[in-house]
Amino acid sequence: MRSASPGIEFAYRLARGDFRLDAEGSAGTDGITGLFGASGAGKTSLLRCIAGLEQADAAHLVVGNAVIDDRVSGRRRPVHRRDIGYVFQEPRLFPHLDVRRNLEYGARRLPAFEPRAFEAVVERLALGPLLSRKPAGLSGGEAQRVAIGRALLRAPKLLLMDEPVAALDAARKRDILDCVRELRAETGIPVLYVSHQIDEVCRLCDQMLVLEQGRVVASGPLPSILLRTDLGVLGGADAGVVLDAAAVAYDPADGLSELTIGGDLRLLVPGRHAPGEPVRVRVRASDVSISRDANDASSSILNRLPATLTSVRDDAAHSVLLELRLPHGESLLARITRRSLRRMALAPGDSVVAQVKTVSVRD
Amino acid sequence: MTGDRANDLFGPLALSLELAFVTTLLLLVMATPLAWWLSRSRVPWKPVVQAVVALPIVLPPTVLGFYLLVLLGPYQAPGSWWFTLTGETLTFSFAGLVIASCVYSLPFAVQPLQAAFDLVGDDALEAARTLGATRRDVFFSVAVPMAAPGFLGAAVLSFAHTLGEFGVVLMVGGNIPDETRVVSIAIFDHVESLNYRAAHELSALLLVLAFAFLLLMFVANRRRGHA
Repeated sequence: MRSASPGIEFAYRLARGDFRLDAEGSAGTDGITGLFGASGAGKTSLLRCIAGLEQADAAHLVVGNAVIDDRVSGRRRPVHRRDIGYVFQEPRLFPHLDVRRNLEYGARRLPAFEPRAFEAVVERLALGPLLSRKPAGLSGGEAQRVAIGRALLRAPKLLLMDEPVAALDAARKRDILDCVRELRAETGIPVLYVSHQIDEVCRLCDQMLVLEQGRVVASGPLPSILLRTDLGVLGGADAGVVLDAAAVAYDPADGLSELTIGGDLRLLVPGRHAPGEPVRVRVRASDVSISRDANDASSSILNRLPATLTSVRDDAAHSVLLELRLPHGESLLARITRRSLRRMALAPGDSVVAQVKTVSVRD
Repeated sequence: MTGDRANDLFGPLALSLELAFVTTLLLLVMATPLAWWLSRSRVPWKPVVQAVVALPIVLPPTVLGFYLLVLLGPYQAPGSWWFTLTGETLTFSFAGLVIASCVYSLPFAVQPLQAAFDLVGDDALEAARTLGATRRDVFFSVAVPMAAPGFLGAAVLSFAHTLGEFGVVLMVGGNIPDETRVVSIAIFDHVESLNYRAAHELSALLLVLAFAFLLLMFVANRRRGHA
């Protein structure tokens, strides 16, 4: 038996010239699912199929309790009756309508227009000052915020986002990603988020689907999928994991915040975090080194976590990737040279200390 | 100015304006779906339709007028149907002129519209679909407003082109006062009878009118661009 809350299930086949999409997978409805893959892997095609914008050769889509594309009967809901929102890479605002009318476009086509929802979205996305402006006068970040608000106000059962921040600078990108995360938590609308930037996926997502040459090659919770370094897009320079921690204290003198993982593991990260605030930390394999000595005070590295070596994987000609397990079951990846591996005589099962040099943080 | 002379001046002018107005209205209704189809369709035989639509630009008005004369006349379908139905011929009538003008000015309505619809692209239309709008709704709420400059261009060009029509009218309509004697025909008539003064008056009127229309279009387009 399946669980009481059915998620999203999809299966699409599509052929366009040399490109073949043959993607089948599922995602939960209680979070943001990252759709990750290299350029040309078929991420956008899959999203367009789900939205009903492509005539797929075979189509199956279930969102919650609703069968949208039925592979048995062949029945497919038309785009406008799917209740699936879409935020495109470009804002695609209607140039002849001001921001207010753009936002209301989808909402006005609902059976009941909810003015309070309108105000909430306007406030959350800080769109108030823009309402009477025309899209031509908006900056890229402003326009994309309007596009997100417009899609949300349609009250979709599923929101598709196709690299909505790809064209924005780093600061705007962070603002919008944080907004997306908060809005999702408030509205409870499941989000499928396409990106080829692993940092974005790590910052935003709870689950992850990896697409390679039109096929779903991995799917599941973000932390476990990030360990799939056998997949081209997840190995290499970007290999790393995320750790979900909670802030404990902030040291203004050094500008460092203290986090804990599972109550006893301590981690120092740059920047200010309020005590109790959940903080997601991204740890790259190349930022982790290994020591045998649990009490090495001579090192400049502040973060020293006890760990167990679980596996050694091939990486490059000169290096290997170590998979480590922390006391509470979280995993870490560490990249070390083959020479170090030999000199330290490391083998699965060994107790080691993981030295985490720097951490990138999602705040 | 005697009443006769005023009638000689404003009779043809009123008829020209009426013809241009009716033709423009009909053309906008007919050309819009055609232009939309030309802009969106991917059928392989689309160039054939495009070529047919553009024919009136290339063909001498006499050729067009000759075919229309034959087709609209009482001895040949579809002109014979009209004759059976109404007892009158389409040729040498105002109704016949309207039909001929619609054919003659069709490309001047279709081409600006098609160009405007091409510019609209698919992006905004797809977004509108995902926001719950039917295809029809998307057409009227997004495509048409976005293509507004094209509608203005099509209207002004159809109107002006119909106003300036001569050869086709001569072939199909002849020179019947208050029925088919439009300004361009009246001018020709005046020149033929060496009445240069009347020809001058009508020509100047048409010149000013044509200039005013084109100016209106360019000013309106400019305003849009700066809005």
